[in-house]
Amino acid sequence: MLGEVVIMKGNEAMAEAAIRAGMDGYFGYPITPQSEVIEYLAREVPKRGGVLLQAESEVAAINMIYGAGGAGARVMTTSSSPGISLMQEGLSYIAGAEIPCLLANVNRAGPGLGTIQPGQCDYLQTVKGGGHGDYHLIALAPASVQEMFDFVYLGFELAEKYRNPAIILTDGALGQMMEKVELKDEKLPKPDISWASTGKGKRKERNVITSLYLQPEKMEVINHNLQKKYKEIEENEQRWETINTDDAEYLITAFGLSARIAQKAMDILREEGHKVGLFRPISVWPFPKKGLSPLLDKVKAVVDIELNAGQMIEDVELVNRGRVPVKFYGRMGGMIFSPDELVDFFKKEVL
Amino acid sequence: MKEGYELIYERPKSLIKVHNHYCPGCTHGVVHKLLAEVIDELGIENETIGVAPVGCAVLAYDYIDVDWQEAAHGRAQALATGIKRMHPDKYVFTYQGDGDLAAIGTAETVHAANRGENILVVFINNAIYGMTGGQMAPTTLEGQKTSTSPYGRVIDDMGAPVKIADMLALLPKTYYITRQTVADVKGVRAAKKALKKAFEYQKAGKGYCLVEFVANCPSNWKMTPIQSFEWTKENMFPYYPLGDVKTPEE
Ligand SMILES: Cc1ncc(C[n+]2csc(CCOP(=O)(O)OP(=O)(O)O)c2C)c(N)n1
Ligand code: SF4
Repeated sequence: MLGEVVIMKGNEAMAEAAIRAGMDGYFGYPITPQSEVIEYLAREVPKRGGVLLQAESEVAAINMIYGAGGAGARVMTTSSSPGISLMQEGLSYIAGAEIPCLLANVNRAGPGLGTIQPGQCDYLQTVKGGGHGDYHLIALAPASVQEMFDFVYLGFELAEKYRNPAIILTDGALGQMMEKVELKDEKLPKPDISWASTGKGKRKERNVITSLYLQPEKMEVINHNLQKKYKEIEENEQRWETINTDDAEYLITAFGLSARIAQKAMDILREEGHKVGLFRPISVWPFPKKGLSPLLDKVKAVVDIELNAGQMIEDVELVNRGRVPVKFYGRMGGMIFSPDELVDFFKKEVL
Repeated sequence: MKEGYELIYERPKSLIKVHNHYCPGCTHGVVHKLLAEVIDELGIENETIGVAPVGCAVLAYDYIDVDWQEAAHGRAQALATGIKRMHPDKYVFTYQGDGDLAAIGTAETVHAANRGENILVVFINNAIYGMTGGQMAPTTLEGQKTSTSPYGRVIDDMGAPVKIADMLALLPKTYYITRQTVADVKGVRAAKKALKKAFEYQKAGKGYCLVEFVANCPSNWKMTPIQSFEWTKENMFPYYPLGDVKTPEE
């Protein structure tokens, strides 16, 4: 049966999904282009239940998330690039203490205060760590408002399954764009929170949430355990989409908004008889090596397309290991390429 | 107990039986004991969540037998806010040094207080950074020598020692703010009462309570414990006077 279908902004879809999925608390700080999330929640949460708090900063917000998540609550925060930078210390603590929670970065173009226009320039920060220490966030990259909605569910699910912070890496265009969304009407089951710091209650053993182990012997074991978990996530949770890859001679790699525009470019090139396919990572960490690697044995060249200076291309190259030439096309500073622009690049540089 | 003996003192149940890592004569240990006694007396050990700081008390969770979370440096009151908002019926306290609470965590402190979060903040003001080896704190006194103010704190250059308790008392949503000491027996008794009162206020949903301890750091002050208590009385008490800074209007 089809769920209720509505038209909404990507940011609002994330907020609506969070309420429907059974979010217990949201702590956040306004920043363009994602303030609609907290504004939507500020309207809805008082009517539909849960906790909502506007924090005094992103530093405070992520540490409220740490506290509330560590106390067993299903919690979420959202921000955009400069705010996500401020959250990095807290995220490292959260990853180290293995607290499930969900974030979204509605990426704007940097560096610095940059612009409020969309960008994908926080890819490396998202997938390679961002904060200090050896840790990973589970990172999902939606390419439509529907996926903005769906990945809130998926993000909570994965975060709780692995007791690891998850992040939706999206951008200002998807956040602001209005599209059709099919809403789900289900609440996620309550996760096991026997590890959480909720007050001992009837428990014999007390729970302590920490990432501190002063003895290096112990800290190494903690690290090994984290790495084991990350291996398991890499094994089980790679997600991707392929379009027209069966007969493809040329492959586009692109995530999120770039993939949507690249898909249009691919259609134009196909109409002109060029066999172009698209590989879209959905999980950007774990990077979908399993999906990409076999394709690289079949194509003549890869064109990686991103709204940054070339970040995901590093992961593409790591999978490729020199098998085929990989070209890059990107725009920065909040500029967005048009499909025609990509087609021109293809014709000049690739075909 | 042996016949003819009367029990007049015992270790609080909630104080875990391990050696602590605090230096001899350090007041952190005494404040821990008082907290454990109060938790025992109120019978709230199963409903209490502590938030430890980054500072010498980073391992406070090894000593008091309740659930804990270990915060990032300065962020304890943001964690406490998150915890308390999700568990309004539980007792939540933070335990923080002066660097943690009044330097790197000033924003979290001021805003948790301003929202009137229904938590207890235990604030150890020893006028120095203990854990990192004796650097200047926001509360370091004028002229006080530390490793980063080796010629003494100069107010024109480094600012004046921060009386954060008085600042917080100005906020309409703070409920009970008091300055205590454990430098002598009389102080210990009064301090315990203050901690107990603060937990009782929390139970009654009254809001933000802060108990400051004018504390010591014999190691980094480079004094014997007894000298450190004398120094506290001579130098700290005049600037950080003991007693209630803000009491509820009842
Ligand atoms: C982000 C960050 N900056 C700096 C430090 C180093 N650091 C650890 S404890 C501390 C100061 C501790 O002093 P205080 O809060 O007064 O507590 P005390 O040790 O005196 O009890 C500092 C600067 C840190 N751990 N994290
Ligand atoms: S360094 Fe100072 S504050 Fe820290 S345990 Fe030693 S005496 Fe106490």
